[in-house]
Amino acid sequence: MAVSDSLRATISRAKRNDLIFVALGIAALLFAASTFVALFLDMVGDGLSRLNPSFFTEFASRRAERAGILAAWVGTFAVMLVTALVAVPIGVASGIYLEEYAPKNKLTALIEININNLAGVPSIVYGLLALGLFVHTFGLGASVQTAGLTLALLILPVVIVATREAIRAVPGSIREAAYALGATRWQMVSDHVLPYSLPGILTGVIIGLSRAIGETAPIVTIGAVTFIAFLPPSPVTSSPPFLSFDWLASPFTAMPIQIFNWTSRPEEAFQANASAAALVLVVMTLLMNAIAIWLRYRLRRNLNW
Amino acid sequence: MSQAPAAGRLAHRRSRHIRERIIELVLLSSALVAVATTIGIVFILVKESISFFSQVSIIDFLTDREWTPLFSDPHFGIWVLLSGTLTSSAIALSVAIPVGTVLAIYLSEFASARMRETAKPILELLAGIPTIVFGYFALFFVTPLLKKIYPELPGFNLLSAGLVMGVMIVPYISSIAEDAMRAVPMSLREGAFAMGATRLQVALNVVVPAAFSGLAAAYILGISRAVGETMIVAVAAGMQPNFTFNPTEQAATITAYIVQVAKGDLPHGSVGYQTIFAAGLTLFLLTLVFNLLGYYLRKRFREEY
Repeated sequence: MAVSDSLRATISRAKRNDLIFVALGIAALLFAASTFVALFLDMVGDGLSRLNPSFFTEFASRRAERAGILAAWVGTFAVMLVTALVAVPIGVASGIYLEEYAPKNKLTALIEININNLAGVPSIVYGLLALGLFVHTFGLGASVQTAGLTLALLILPVVIVATREAIRAVPGSIREAAYALGATRWQMVSDHVLPYSLPGILTGVIIGLSRAIGETAPIVTIGAVTFIAFLPPSPVTSSPPFLSFDWLASPFTAMPIQIFNWTSRPEEAFQANASAAALVLVVMTLLMNAIAIWLRYRLRRNLNW
Repeated sequence: MSQAPAAGRLAHRRSRHIRERIIELVLLSSALVAVATTIGIVFILVKESISFFSQVSIIDFLTDREWTPLFSDPHFGIWVLLSGTLTSSAIALSVAIPVGTVLAIYLSEFASARMRETAKPILELLAGIPTIVFGYFALFFVTPLLKKIYPELPGFNLLSAGLVMGVMIVPYISSIAEDAMRAVPMSLREGAFAMGATRLQVALNVVVPAAFSGLAAAYILGISRAVGETMIVAVAAGMQPNFTFNPTEQAATITAYIVQVAKGDLPHGSVGYQTIFAAGLTLFLLTLVFNLLGYYLRKRFREEY
């Protein structure tokens, strides 16, 4: 009797410990979730009153209630365009090379270690690279192109890793079937592997861009100016050849820089602007992330090899 | 008669072969962009640091207890900035490591599949929030909250920046740690369950030790993230260099210092301009050590089973 009692006590203690840990786990999850909610509500509370149409169509101003984010969101859009145009082809090509072409040699190992290390380099170090190389050595200035290139290098590891994972998920039998029909390696990759891995690659690209859109440190470091009351020149012109690339070399400001600038002002009115702009930025990134998560979910559901 | 088509086929095959080689070269050169980026970073940081250290002795850099590079009597003691970096990182990790670990154990060993499907997107969204927004949150939400408990807390302080940074790193640590624990083979768990172990006993005595190198990698990569984080500390911890390990004081981190100098307009080539590269090199070396260690440990847990 005594033995079974002590055994029962041990069992119930162990079970209680299990329950305590489950409670701890849920508490940790709630902690993360409630931070998220608090952050969101705080921004909504401070910034919602500033979110009217003119907030999106006005330039920054010395008077907080008249200031808007026009230059910032246009700048962010222009920079993201350059980033995507540079990072996507290079990242996808690197991923293809490493998965489908690369021999197992020292060069490949070097490339892989590099990509892994680059993924962990603090973003501000990319800013220093851009300041020293793009701004002062190549003379590209604190412009849209410099920021776009910098952020492209920053998200390159994300795009490469996503591409590799997507390509790796394509079964080998598909490749063998393509080879059996006489396809060359590139025909096999471009006609079969790439189409199948496209949703996965797209997910990675979106996640990379959503990271780039919120990056502040590197573009502050290259010396982006905060007070800009003009837009980059239009890419479409009225005279032939109707296309202009002057916007690439234009000075710019971007959403995160505008938020940073308003956050560092002592006046309370600018704080409301900062939270309104932060709200816009968070909604942008959350939307991009949600699309990526949804894409991945659909991808997992629809694919049955 | 039959010779002409054969020669045509041969020519076709040769041109196809050449095209394939060109494509492979293009893909390889894309992959080499990652290597070039690393070389660029090291080159720029080292080049500017060499001119910096030709004017400031490396012994002063490592032992001076003041950091006043822009004063008429300049001092360059990197420990002043390092103290801010280390203190804010320590606070962040004291939040992120326990919460991240508990969360990872819970999600990997206790949570139902449905719970996991809900929790992971929430964590991913939290990880996707731009750090400038977290900085805003630290300055305007967490600091006032902390002031209610501890009224003497200054408006800028390492504590609030560190705490928010910790929350930011939680999803990062928990996802790597969870991956590591899920890689532990089921048979190990089943063996323990067969001996009458409870879930918690299995988790703590079997899974955690088996996934140890993966957990260590998660922590180390978390440290590297905290050390390199810029905007949260730049916004919420102040930018005043201050040799302190006291979390309730304000202090500049290495990253915040770079932002502060880059925001101003220092002439290219001046010592002040070069300090940010010397500070950046310190940061790069610090994170490089952590990244390589984390990479090595992660690779080990992947290969173990």
